Amino acid sequence: MNKTLFLGTLAAGAMLAGIAAAGTLDDVKARGVLNCGANTGLTGFGAPDANGDYQGFDVDLCKAVAAAVLGDQSKVKYVPTTGETRFTALASGEVDLLVRNSTWTFSRDTDLKLDFVAVNYYDGQGFLVRKDLGVTSAKELGGATICIQTGTTTELNLADYFKSNSLEYTPVTVVDDADAQRQFLAGACDAFTTDASGLASARATLPNPDDYVVLPEIISKEPLGPVVRHGDNNWGDIVRWTYYALVEAEEKGITKANVEEMAASSTDPEVRRLLGVEGEQGKFLGLDNDWAKRAIAANGNYGEIFETNLGESTPIKLARGLNALWSQGGLQYAPPFR
Amino acid sequence: MSGATDLPKPAFRLSSLIYDTRYRFITIQVIVLILALLFTAWLVENVRSNLALKGKDIDFAFLWRRGGYDIGQHLIPYTNDSTHGRAAMVGLINTLVVAVLASILSTVLGVFLGVLRLSKNWIISRLVGVYVEIFRNVPLLLWIVLVAVVFSETAPAPKDFKLVNGVAKASMSLWDSVAITNRSTNVPFPLLDRPLPAIVTPWFTLPTSLLAILALIAGSIWAVLRLSRRATAVQEATGMRPVTWWQSLAILFAPMLAALYALGFHLDYPALKGFNFQGGLSFDHAFTSLTLALTLYYAAITAEIVRSGIQAISRGQTEASFALGLRPGRTMSLIILPQALRVIIPPMISQWVSLTKDTSLGIAVSYLDLRGTLGGITLNQTGRELECMLLMMLIYLIISLIISALANVYNTSVKLKER
Amino acid sequence: MQFTRTEMLPPRAPPVSQSGALKWVRENLFSSWLNATLTILSGLVVYSLVKLSAPWLLHAVWNANSLSECRSVIAANFGPDAGGACWAMIRARWYQWIFGFYPPEVYWRPILNFGLLFVAMAPILFSDNLRGSVKLVGVVAALTILGLALAQGSWGLFALLSAIMLVSLAVAAWAPRYLLIATVLYPFATVWLLWGGSIWGPLLALAGFALIVPVYRALSPRFGLVVATTGGVIVASLWWFVLQGYVADALQTAIPLGIVAVESDKFGGFLLAFLIGVSSISISLPIGILLALGRQSNMVLIKALSVGFIEFVRGVPLITMLFTASLLLQYFLPPRVQFDLILRVIILVTLFSAAYNAEVVRGGLAALPKGQSEAADALGLDYWQAQRLIIMPQALKVSIPGIVSTFIGLFKDTTLVSFVGLQDPLRGITSIVRADIDWKGIYWEPYIFVAAIFFVACYGMSRYSLYLERKLGTDHR
Repeated sequence: MNKTLFLGTLAAGAMLAGIAAAGTLDDVKARGVLNCGANTGLTGFGAPDANGDYQGFDVDLCKAVAAAVLGDQSKVKYVPTTGETRFTALASGEVDLLVRNSTWTFSRDTDLKLDFVAVNYYDGQGFLVRKDLGVTSAKELGGATICIQTGTTTELNLADYFKSNSLEYTPVTVVDDADAQRQFLAGACDAFTTDASGLASARATLPNPDDYVVLPEIISKEPLGPVVRHGDNNWGDIVRWTYYALVEAEEKGITKANVEEMAASSTDPEVRRLLGVEGEQGKFLGLDNDWAKRAIAANGNYGEIFETNLGESTPIKLARGLNALWSQGGLQYAPPFR
Repeated sequence: MSGATDLPKPAFRLSSLIYDTRYRFITIQVIVLILALLFTAWLVENVRSNLALKGKDIDFAFLWRRGGYDIGQHLIPYTNDSTHGRAAMVGLINTLVVAVLASILSTVLGVFLGVLRLSKNWIISRLVGVYVEIFRNVPLLLWIVLVAVVFSETAPAPKDFKLVNGVAKASMSLWDSVAITNRSTNVPFPLLDRPLPAIVTPWFTLPTSLLAILALIAGSIWAVLRLSRRATAVQEATGMRPVTWWQSLAILFAPMLAALYALGFHLDYPALKGFNFQGGLSFDHAFTSLTLALTLYYAAITAEIVRSGIQAISRGQTEASFALGLRPGRTMSLIILPQALRVIIPPMISQWVSLTKDTSLGIAVSYLDLRGTLGGITLNQTGRELECMLLMMLIYLIISLIISALANVYNTSVKLKER
Repeated sequence: MQFTRTEMLPPRAPPVSQSGALKWVRENLFSSWLNATLTILSGLVVYSLVKLSAPWLLHAVWNANSLSECRSVIAANFGPDAGGACWAMIRARWYQWIFGFYPPEVYWRPILNFGLLFVAMAPILFSDNLRGSVKLVGVVAALTILGLALAQGSWGLFALLSAIMLVSLAVAAWAPRYLLIATVLYPFATVWLLWGGSIWGPLLALAGFALIVPVYRALSPRFGLVVATTGGVIVASLWWFVLQGYVADALQTAIPLGIVAVESDKFGGFLLAFLIGVSSISISLPIGILLALGRQSNMVLIKALSVGFIEFVRGVPLITMLFTASLLLQYFLPPRVQFDLILRVIILVTLFSAAYNAEVVRGGLAALPKGQSEAADALGLDYWQAQRLIIMPQALKVSIPGIVSTFIGLFKDTTLVSFVGLQDPLRGITSIVRADIDWKGIYWEPYIFVAAIFFVACYGMSRYSLYLERKLGTDHR
């Protein structure tokens, strides 16, 4: 065993190393694969199944972007990221797109030089407790031990909340969601705090979900969204409008099943523009005209993606709530396609 | 016969820089220096252009900004209003506490096990052998995780201590003084009713009472040593050693008891209040399991070092000692161990260095040490990877170098005594 | 009256307390009060350990599809309160602990690779012990063929791969010197087998080394070893970094030869642990030797650089090196150059173990009598000749046990890569399996399983290292 292995590996490294060009879109096209930063242990949003295939609400957005850009929703390489490594992975170019329950905050948008291009899930931080603890409000948690996932906004919100209510607490800071859930399940903490959606996901996967309850207080605003690097506006536009295409599709009733039929038969000019039958919208993004059609055909519109991954038919059983379309009393609203 | 004379050394020419061994080393060093400088310049330029590309800079000012997060275990005052710098300090202290505690415990346990490993008792030496092999050959990380799981899975929850219809599912051990729950170990904590006024500075609080008690203990020990020295002098002069044990005991304990009484010493017992045990001293399981796992793992390694150190002492020493009529126990403590120490100490010190570095594995049980604060939450909240990582590595490096420097001082002092 | 015994009495058996088991027990267990106490105490310890774990182990379930099924089986067989191990989880997911997410249809590649690793190492590990080497290759060949039989694949492939292993065994037995060829080729084979893709890349990388030889031959008589090697490496680097890519592409389009490529994010489990451990230790060895020589050098600058590097790396925890790989390395590379995370981790772990190997080799150098280098000087050998022919062969031989212990430490430490998002067997794969709703809430079994495999591997290696130490010990006398 000698130098040969070293240089062999170096040569292999040279093979694996990609020298990136200026634009992310060109990179992705040249590579033929979209590198997507994903969560590894949040059932419903992003987690690998038994075969290592990633599934979830966030993952489907990666697939939609891959379908729009590369024409094939399977051409995604999921880069597992932790709460601690995700933004660095994005900033360093290791991933092209980060869809990992990341909260849009002022400092992340400005100081960390990231761009949040949309909000695909409106969320807020809540608490999950055991029913037999006899607590009905977060205000009764004085003196409690609370599990938090580190590297997130939750630890800051928690400190602020308890401070403003002059309550004491003991934080248990855990590196990843899965471990935080394990500790909570084992009783190492009285309450587990994270985004309400994450709590619902965690509760769904606990052995006896009915023994646990999510407290009514939502202590923060957590707009979660896909993130790209600051400065590459074209790539940001692609991700933003791919997402809005999914929202618009739900509003217009375009589904995975009827997307071809709608493209052929619809007379609504906005649908025709969206699906590339009229106009040259794809060109403005640097894509072809069918991009939105492919994105919708991949896993359906926003509503379908929500229902398959998080909705009432899944163990997570999240209601649409704030994430219903604006026309149904929610906040999801796509700017016009024109 | 004249002896061989040296050939006249050729004068310096330019070509000597390559061919003459006397000058070639200059050439090589100059080339290496240029290469090293080029490499450094390349790295610096890369860092510069990468930072420019990301629109970042190198700035340590974040250390003086508000951290905003809480740390469960802090030995110096800390709230979420404290700065990132102070959070790093809390983390550093947490690192050092585990390192020192685990070093001491693992050394004591390891020496004990190492001696037992060589015991003539078949079952003991085999048992210790099995222990050593099992702990050495399985990753430390696994032990840390496993110990944490043992605590969190087998210990009762705090609410199990509550009396329900006059019966509690779990009870406190050691005469109702220690409560082990699935989240922390609670032990009684000494408190003072009438403490001396503490000296408060912005950066730290000087625990005057504790210092006074420590000074008292040091004084008592010094007095006892003087007493025993005087007794030795008397013994040498007269051949009779005066009986001093009761004097020693009195000197050791009377002043301390008096002082403790004056300060109003009492123990604060943990008691279940609300969700958790309050009062007393509470050790997080993150801390306990990290310390315990490090202790058990490094005790196994220490046992091996001690065993090989003892075996390095020639058998003749033992036989000679037996011939002088010393019992096995005294042979070990008076003859073998002092000699073996010289072999044992250098590898022991490098074990302490690795133990200190391995405290960073506290990440697995969410122990907020230096890596957890400075290299974890602070790094994440501020997004300053370069500054946080470099600072953290530098601090670890300094700790290791200090231990190694002490080791070298010790080694030199031992070497001087050798003949 | 006198009575004289005329015949000898038959010797009587020694008293019961002085013979057989009783004597052994008395001498070994109850020779003194202290010993008796210790014996009884340890007996109690053993008893309580057995009492604690035996029911759990005895109630083990091997066939079930989920943890709840396991629990119900145990409850049905041993009563509602009985606890028991649920090894069914290992049965269902063992392949993920071994291979991570490596595609199941090509499991034969890592298996073959593992077998060839030992074939390649046999001539080094058992340099002057033919029987040991044959035994090792034989055992490994048997295991590999067994593994291949268990993995999916066609019969033709199985026959071919088994033939490769049997040929290696034959070579090990009858022409051991040719086994070194396998050692030289192995690094290229391993990259190709694990990552797959076109065969031309590794082949042409190998050709780069072939370039070094003529350049070295041409330069060495005139300029000496250092300049000649540097020249060779420069020429080879030009080939690797400038020309090779084009030539490989051209060859691949002309003669497409290759196997399915596997992305490195599919690597995980013990495959990943071995990959990181073995490649880091073998790449770091030459660097470590150079560093050790640098540390002993009397050139101030070189010594300072070596000492600085070694002390820096040994002064920081491995985990900070791993975070450097994941967070910081990108700052030190030219903008927009990206490496695979596994590769970055291997690079940083290599630097880490290089410093440790340097100290081990320095120990080996220090163990040599000064007369050796003086004798080499007296023979008129220059520095590199002396190192290559006299010093290093002896120093390295003494260092092998130390290198093996460094490797054991490193292999155990590969579990830390889970903190930068790689799927190590201990935390990475375990948490993935536990995220499955069927196996949620299972704690002990995965840890015991992983601990058992680590124990077998590390214990085996430490035994080997002991064997070497003993052999070296007798050599010196």
